[in-house]
Amino acid sequence: MRVINLLCQYLIPAFVLFTVVYGFVKKVRVYDSFVSGAKDGIGIIMGIFPYVLAIFIVVKTFEASGAHDFLKRMFSLASGPLQIPPEVFSIAIVKPFSNAASLGIFTEILKTTGADSLGSIAAAVIMGSAETTFYVLAVYLGSIGIKKTKYLVPVCITADIMGIIIAITLVKLMF
Amino acid sequence: MNAIWLLVICISVLFSAVSGRIDEFTKAMFEAGKAAVEVCLYLVGIVSLWLGLTKILEDSGLIYKLSNFFGAAISLLFRNIPKGHPSITSITLNLLANLFGLGNAATPLGIRAMEDLQTLNNRPDEITFEMMLFIVINTSSIQLVPFTVIGLLANYGSSNPNVIILPTLVATFISSATAVGILFLFKKFNRRAG
Repeated sequence: MRVINLLCQYLIPAFVLFTVVYGFVKKVRVYDSFVSGAKDGIGIIMGIFPYVLAIFIVVKTFEASGAHDFLKRMFSLASGPLQIPPEVFSIAIVKPFSNAASLGIFTEILKTTGADSLGSIAAAVIMGSAETTFYVLAVYLGSIGIKKTKYLVPVCITADIMGIIIAITLVKLMF
Repeated sequence: MNAIWLLVICISVLFSAVSGRIDEFTKAMFEAGKAAVEVCLYLVGIVSLWLGLTKILEDSGLIYKLSNFFGAAISLLFRNIPKGHPSITSITLNLLANLFGLGNAATPLGIRAMEDLQTLNNRPDEITFEMMLFIVINTSSIQLVPFTVIGLLANYGSSNPNVIILPTLVATFISSATAVGILFLFKKFNRRAG
């Protein structure tokens, strides 16, 4: 584990070093090249800002309105007979919207149920195998101004639900 | 997206009214504004940084070599991308960044990939199948080792945080494959319907 950790720490610095040195060898004016590439960054972000804002409004108000707690309670009713730790559902609902919020819930689960509980392990697997779907959608589509998304959103939602079912099933099978 | 946005906002207003949290709705909305600015400001720095670095790679010609190297694998999935097109490289770089869990690098490279894919699009406001495929792979997560999660488990006294590596890897792999499968299913179904 330590070796992998170390490798990952060196990954980005090594990549940066390699990029500049390789550029220098190929007679690229690395500084000018970097600046001209970096110039586009702010324009791109200005373009995606309204999309990010729209997603954030939905996420924050949904949490604050109590609808999130209500959903959680509904799920804990359903999860009893299925023998799934109810906390897992909070992660599953929040992760597609916000990484920061799901990390918060994850640490909450770790604190209340202990790091070795089935709930913690299931939550950890979901954390690692799910992605912030709506954020990615907003940013990637916003960056090029796509308005007609055809069947992309239903596909992503179905895939997310399947992913969570797969994660929970796997954890129940393996532990 | 329009329907989901509308629906969630209506639910939120309704719920906050019923549970007497209407104040908090307003507060949360303004907080969202602040949070969005913060995230975007943070992104400006990171995105510019990676765009600068990839520009060096581009000028030094390495990016074309990379795209030749990975082109074959990418072309297997993304059939409609012409050989040697820049989007092959940006897609490759984004997927590699995702695999290694470099979220900071993955987003800018993903935006880059979307821009490159857009150059192949005849109807700029409509999504192409290649874009959908790329987004679906991205949203189903393909990270090899979830370092943040393992770190947190260790912090909270897990007896062996590494036990989650294998199930996470398997879950990630199966769910990504399922996601791509679902996309192809929808494509088939959609074509028949249309």
